[in-house]
Amino acid sequence: MTAPSTTTSHALPNGMMVLIQPMPAVQSAAYSLLVPAGCIYDREDRSGTASVLCEMLSRGAGERDSRQLSADQDFLGLQRSESVSARHLKLSGATLSDKLPESLAILADIVLRPHLNEDEFEPSIASVRQTLLSNEDEPRQKVMIELRRRCLGLPWGLPSDGSLDDIDRIALDDVRNHYRGCFRAGEAILGIAGQVDPPRVLEQITALFGDWSDAPESEVRHAPPGPPVDHIVLDSQQTQIGLAYPSVSVNDPEYYAAWAAVGILSGGSSSRLFTEVREKRGLCYSVHAALSALKHRGDVLCYAGTTVERAQETLDVMLTEIDRLAEGITDDELNRCKAGAKSTLIMQQESSMARAARIAYDWYLRGAIITLEEIHARLDALTPAKVAEFVRRHPARDLTLLTIGPKPLEMNRAVL
Amino acid sequence: MQFFETRLGNGLQVIAEINPHVHSVAVGFFVKAGARDESSEVSGVSHFLEHMAFKGFGDVTAEDVNRIFDDIGANYNASTGEEVTQFYAAILPEYLPRAFELLAGMMRPNLAESDFDMEKQVILEEIGMYADLPGFTVYEKAMQAHFVGHPLGQSILGSTESISALGVDQMRAYHADRYRAGNIVLAVAGNTTWDEILDLANQYCASWSGGIPERRVFPAAHPPTSQFLHQPTIQQEHLMCMLPAPDAHSPLRYAAELLSVIVGDDSGSRLYWEILDPGYADSADLGYSEYLGCGAYLSYLCCAPEEAANNLRRLRAVLDDIQLHGATPQEFERARNKVAARVVLSGERPMGRLSSLGGNWLYREAYQSVRDDLDLIQSLHLDDLRRLLDEFPLTITTTCGLGPLESVESGN
Repeated sequence: MTAPSTTTSHALPNGMMVLIQPMPAVQSAAYSLLVPAGCIYDREDRSGTASVLCEMLSRGAGERDSRQLSADQDFLGLQRSESVSARHLKLSGATLSDKLPESLAILADIVLRPHLNEDEFEPSIASVRQTLLSNEDEPRQKVMIELRRRCLGLPWGLPSDGSLDDIDRIALDDVRNHYRGCFRAGEAILGIAGQVDPPRVLEQITALFGDWSDAPESEVRHAPPGPPVDHIVLDSQQTQIGLAYPSVSVNDPEYYAAWAAVGILSGGSSSRLFTEVREKRGLCYSVHAALSALKHRGDVLCYAGTTVERAQETLDVMLTEIDRLAEGITDDELNRCKAGAKSTLIMQQESSMARAARIAYDWYLRGAIITLEEIHARLDALTPAKVAEFVRRHPARDLTLLTIGPKPLEMNRAVL
Repeated sequence: MQFFETRLGNGLQVIAEINPHVHSVAVGFFVKAGARDESSEVSGVSHFLEHMAFKGFGDVTAEDVNRIFDDIGANYNASTGEEVTQFYAAILPEYLPRAFELLAGMMRPNLAESDFDMEKQVILEEIGMYADLPGFTVYEKAMQAHFVGHPLGQSILGSTESISALGVDQMRAYHADRYRAGNIVLAVAGNTTWDEILDLANQYCASWSGGIPERRVFPAAHPPTSQFLHQPTIQQEHLMCMLPAPDAHSPLRYAAELLSVIVGDDSGSRLYWEILDPGYADSADLGYSEYLGCGAYLSYLCCAPEEAANNLRRLRAVLDDIQLHGATPQEFERARNKVAARVVLSGERPMGRLSSLGGNWLYREAYQSVRDDLDLIQSLHLDDLRRLLDEFPLTITTTCGLGPLESVESGN
């Protein structure tokens, strides 16, 4: 077995961060580039601009038109994806390691020299509109998109795909302005992982991206969250339940305790939600909770989908389990969380794609490389008493509940 | 990288690809049991049985199963399809014995009546969940129509009626028949040793009853059909078109895989440029599925209802053009490179290797390393594509729709 190798970080003079992890045991190489151009920078009434920009970026760049760009990337066998999150527009790719240099050269064209042509504007709008319409047919997805909007407010709760109301208001200039305002080297982070020679790949990246200029951060809109309890009527077989409450951010000293508390609630099949809601009562097929950890805030987001008649009981059991965490947790429960985290971290070392994404995002969240040893040390330092103490000091308050289905539900819970 | 294989006295097939350079090991039991093996009275039993495998064996309870998998940080799951039920886990090498004991035990579950009654509720919830997913519903509808009168058209989940009426004795009888050792492949990929695998297999699997149950394999007729389910509350029209394709033993199946990339991959394919790039649909793809005795291309279109007829016309035009002119050498080369990169990337993780390893053995009793796969992809030429098109012309035989439209008139 090959030991995990060290990740190195390099700041280019223009502010762009480059993180490189060599992985000698794999034949592939992957990149993950985070550009601070996510949907939080969408202007008022123009929700979806980042998403349209994301569509347009790969439709012609540098000396290649849309078809040539696609053909050349396919020829390299490049598995690629472009996506929008709250803060970032992310461009990632993976292929055989000897094809990485050419893939990075194309990436530089897409980032620094996209055409953003008028011809490609309407098809891009149409494409995003189709995605928005499809989201309407996916109630499981829709409940979490709409829950985020209600529990996070603006800007962090903005939906990454935008909205059907706004999509037709977006003009090509909005997209170009979004690009000009947000595509800047200063807070861009590029993660590289795989069978690479770090000095050589750094030299190439410096040559490709060294001229990328920086600019001040664009403004974001703020709005309070709400409403705390809401229902969307849908004639469906199941009721979708979305439930959220605040926790702590990834940079909080108690982050790992917060993470463990959610793990005990919903980490694996032996976790409390799965056991109480599905295994013991057979109330639903799918129930889970996750800690959505942003840089400056964290929230626990819970989901369940169940037939209409059993939805109220499902919600009641979920709330009971959330509140019951404060009564204490066992050594075994915490040990299972730790075991799961450690094995996930180690197995991540087998995939260049997973590593490239992880090192880039970790740098965004923490501004530092976090080694496996550090994570292990923090996990080992957790005790059941510390986690329970955290839960008592951060009980699930300020709940947001959103349901989608034929009938709304009651929040049957003693107020804390 | 080393490959080993053997067969225990009871007929259980054991295969392993040992790779000391990875951090984990993946182990899976692949059972030749799926929707196609069910009579109409027990429709959905294979999938329900997959759930019941997690409910305990011997004196190990359902809570124990969940707890132990979590204790060892296993990444584990199970799935049921038309022809195969599989159970698998990826773990760090030191936990292989524990994971193996659990997975092997799950092949001989207690099937207690109280667990059966409780889990039935979960299965009914799962059926309800999928009923709200138009993309899945139209897939099931299209499979039923394309394989009408053939076992491959049978539903994986079953219906609310068939599951409600199912009794635990029917499941026990089905299990006793389909889960005989000769009907199961044990596959392992990753960081372990062949000796360890042999020891574990002998310890936990040698006592299983042997034998190989019958499975009827025959071609399907595919009478042309067009069926629409009118659901005005759905926003988009969800369309599934199906065409006959090579079966799991056909030498043309590699060409069929490449054809599906050229025509219907999610980037740079014919359908991408004709339908997705201009923004005419949210999804437009073509995939290839191989089964025993049959194969199929499946094309899924999801679009605004007013574009549905046009998109079906565009799909037909793409298929007609490929049928007549084949692919260009450049697009053929690009498709080969894409598939090669995917083989390498998915093969880097033991979990990725496991499904390819198990699937190949289950269907063909053949081992192919990543290198073998790459050589095979490289050896394909445009002539192979021509042979494929001559033998399996790209004619849509099944069209199913779900959404606001009552029918789609797309002309021919």
